[in-house]
Amino acid sequence: MEDKQADEDFRSRVERERPYLLRYAGLQLRDAHAAEDAVQETLLAALAGEAAFGARASLRTWLTGILKHKIIDAIRRMSREAPALSGDEFDALFDERGHWIEMPAAWTSPDASLEQQRFFAALELCLGRLPQKTSQAFMMREHLGLETDEICKELAVTPTHCWVLLYRARMALRECLSKEWFQK
Amino acid sequence: MMLSCKQVTRLVSQGLDRELGFTERVRLRVHLAICDGCTNFSKQMAFLREAMAKLADQSPKT
Repeated sequence: MEDKQADEDFRSRVERERPYLLRYAGLQLRDAHAAEDAVQETLLAALAGEAAFGARASLRTWLTGILKHKIIDAIRRMSREAPALSGDEFDALFDERGHWIEMPAAWTSPDASLEQQRFFAALELCLGRLPQKTSQAFMMREHLGLETDEICKELAVTPTHCWVLLYRARMALRECLSKEWFQK
Repeated sequence: MMLSCKQVTRLVSQGLDRELGFTERVRLRVHLAICDGCTNFSKQMAFLREAMAKLADQSPKT
């Protein structure tokens, strides 16, 4: 009974440090989602490692020490993903003010396409052309029906990056299907 | 401020993955009301989802 009480105390003391840690991580990472992820990981690690805390240091100092490692991990992750983060390769579709250079035309009789086996062959062909991680994210989302946060966890990326991956997949598939199916 | 077509494509895509905020929805609707290109784009995105659902139905192998 006493232990349970102590656990809850520890938990709420840790939880009280969350705003401080968020500010700390936010300043370093400049990315609210990544900061939230890092803090979440820190709090989980802290709760799992309560014994290691003892009463040696101040709780804040101890948590900040854990957070630093998580921030470094996040920065490593972000720099690995950096080229993928923008989705910029589709910028060429737009002029400098963000307007379509070539307006998307309506696809002709898309519903009828869904009745044709050859359409799905074209779709699979286009899926096969996606870069690996983009394709993984898209298949998890649309084929397995996972939510974005689950996909982020599986791929170890931030939600923002997840949305970028899904955006890239859709943009690429749209272009590919336009060419391989709807214009033929 | 009016959304650009480029911003609209991102928002339409994200709308398939998360719940858009009220302001985002309003700005999106305002843009789509006057932009045929983005309206077509938005329909294509919805079609893509439908096509993927159908692909999942017919090929449990992947």
